[in-house]
Amino acid sequence: MRKSSLLVVTIAVTAALTLSACGSRGGKSDSGADNAGASNGGGNSSSTKVVIGIDAPISGSLSALGLGIRNSVELAAKQANAKNYVPGVTFSIEAKDDQANPTTGKQNATALVDTKGVVGVVGPLNSSVSLTMQKVFDDAKLAQISPANTSPDLSLGPDWGSGKFARQYQSYFRTATTDVVQGKFAAQYLYNDAKKTKVYVIDDKKTYGAGLASIFADEFKRLGGTVVGTDHINPGDKDFSAIATKVAGAGADSVYYGGEYPDAGPLSDQLKKGGAKVPLFGGDGIYDPEFVKLANGNGEGDLATSVGVPVEELDSAKEFVANYTAANYKDPYAAYGGYSYDAAWAIIEAVKAAVEHNGGKVPADLRTQVLAELGKVKFTGVTGPVAFDEYGDTTNKQLTVYSVQSGAWKKVKSGTYSG
Amino acid sequence: MHELPQNLANGLMLGLMYGLIAIGYTMVYGIVQLINFAHGEIFMIGGFGALTAYAALPHGTSLWLALPVMILGGVIASVLTATAAERFAYRPLRTAPRLAPLITAIGLSIALQQVVWAFYPGGKKALSFPQFGGDPIGLGSFHLQRNDLFLLVAAPLCMLVLAAFVRLTRTGRAMQATAQDPDTAKLMGIDTDRIIVVAFALGAAFAAVAAVAHGLRYGQVDFTMGFLAGLKAFTAAVLGGIGNVYGAMLGGLVLGVAESMATAYVQDVPGMHQLGGGAWANVWAFVLLIVVLLVRPQGLLGERVADRV
Repeated sequence: MRKSSLLVVTIAVTAALTLSACGSRGGKSDSGADNAGASNGGGNSSSTKVVIGIDAPISGSLSALGLGIRNSVELAAKQANAKNYVPGVTFSIEAKDDQANPTTGKQNATALVDTKGVVGVVGPLNSSVSLTMQKVFDDAKLAQISPANTSPDLSLGPDWGSGKFARQYQSYFRTATTDVVQGKFAAQYLYNDAKKTKVYVIDDKKTYGAGLASIFADEFKRLGGTVVGTDHINPGDKDFSAIATKVAGAGADSVYYGGEYPDAGPLSDQLKKGGAKVPLFGGDGIYDPEFVKLANGNGEGDLATSVGVPVEELDSAKEFVANYTAANYKDPYAAYGGYSYDAAWAIIEAVKAAVEHNGGKVPADLRTQVLAELGKVKFTGVTGPVAFDEYGDTTNKQLTVYSVQSGAWKKVKSGTYSG
Repeated sequence: MHELPQNLANGLMLGLMYGLIAIGYTMVYGIVQLINFAHGEIFMIGGFGALTAYAALPHGTSLWLALPVMILGGVIASVLTATAAERFAYRPLRTAPRLAPLITAIGLSIALQQVVWAFYPGGKKALSFPQFGGDPIGLGSFHLQRNDLFLLVAAPLCMLVLAAFVRLTRTGRAMQATAQDPDTAKLMGIDTDRIIVVAFALGAAFAAVAAVAHGLRYGQVDFTMGFLAGLKAFTAAVLGGIGNVYGAMLGGLVLGVAESMATAYVQDVPGMHQLGGGAWANVWAFVLLIVVLLVRPQGLLGERVADRV
């Protein structure tokens, strides 16, 4: 009897492990945690020292993105000092590593609030981390600009889905576009430009994927398209043949997937092998060279939206790219470098405005002044025009549709989302 | 319902793969009553072994010629890992309380994953596995992937070889004897240590074949692939009756078809829309397992578990 009860216990453990495996193994990727360069912007000692805080995953699996953020902000501080952009003010940076962990993020927020001279913070990368930091910054009246958060809840409040917008924290701003804009833009492109009318919607049940997929589906239906079926997968699943059969049987002419490339690549591959020879469309989570590789050559014609315009293409960005290269950072500026650079410059512009309104002297309550000025800044940045609306979201609603052609993502269409 | 043949075929493929892996669980359990949780990683290492063998061949070798070499590479990698695990991780604990080797197995599973993650070149991300080109073989809306033909041939062949081995060879019969009563088998002059190694090695070899099939079917291998596949195969082994090799294959097939059916049809049942689809396939698979175990605690083909105290 003892053996059979051991067996029962083991089965229970197995079941628990299998079912809890959903989501626990998401994308362990290369981690090259290196800190390139020193963390001060330099400058002369007679002027007032103003610090731009940074919070990003500088180590861990997302460090490639985090280091891009850190380096870009540092570059902005250096540029401002070199140009003596705000007379009498020297910018420096204070970078904190959140390892994509909300708890660490909150501790960093508290530390940054307590650091003398910090007038604004750029970061974090993850929406989940932002959730724990927002209130800390708001209580301290310290401005926060995220270059990468896409969750609409952070600025519009939890009821944005039903049209009730309520700004959550006066201190929160972002230079990244939200999933509302991205999902709707994708639906409009698919229906109006690609002329697809029957879409099958799949998501990975995670906050980003499920949110994006439902925003897309609502807009697609509003435009007149049909959602012929929906399904969900578990992140980390390998076999999608049953889903492929459903998609093929449903007569869909396209598939929209809310999720990230580690699952999207194999899904695209198996859809086509399973007889559903229709393009898979996704958000910035699948816009990665790894997607093309994982789709085993079956990714041709697949589509993805990504926020902004390719940084390399913009005239305003050429200087940034050149300076970044010249600064010899070990890690690339990555997906959010341009947005981080613009976020840092927004803080610098706000400092400049605050100083000018104070008759050329640095005001004593610089933090509050910067926060007040930030809502009014307007300049042309690396990613286009930089300004914030009444919710703290960027007014720049540029997006680009990419498509896989000959094994690489190629730009198809850039556009500005207009509601 | 016109997709039924396709869904059955999807489930069959998944089931054959589960079954091949499950044989390793069931053979080891039948002989030493150990649930070798590291078996999923043995399967994963088989995939990497096959990939290494393919990479070692001259560039541009036809996959038809490469396939036997890949299978061999996978089998060597898996068998070496499994026998080493048996020798150094499980044998010292053979007389220890039963939970000790179980925990060792879980630890070994994590360790093997991390070794591949850390040391296999490019192993931190999924690696592409070579595949046969060409369109699927189709009949109306029914498709059969060319890459799946390997599994369709290899799995039954493996079962035949195993059945013949267990019934006809001396070692096979010694294995049966050891499973029935290790002490008496030892008294009859059977080297039980050797039999246990053979059981681990055979299970590993089948897992390697399954890994090649997995690579061909999904076009990639990665260091986490053994985790879920291993758990599912273990479930299949229990479902079929742990200790019974035919049960392992049957359990695999039942599980594979159940998952495929659950993904395809549960959503269409009125009121069940939220409980269907790919995300719920695992839940339904385990519901099935619980129901089967309530009715037949020994599994579909199991006989021995309950009467061996």
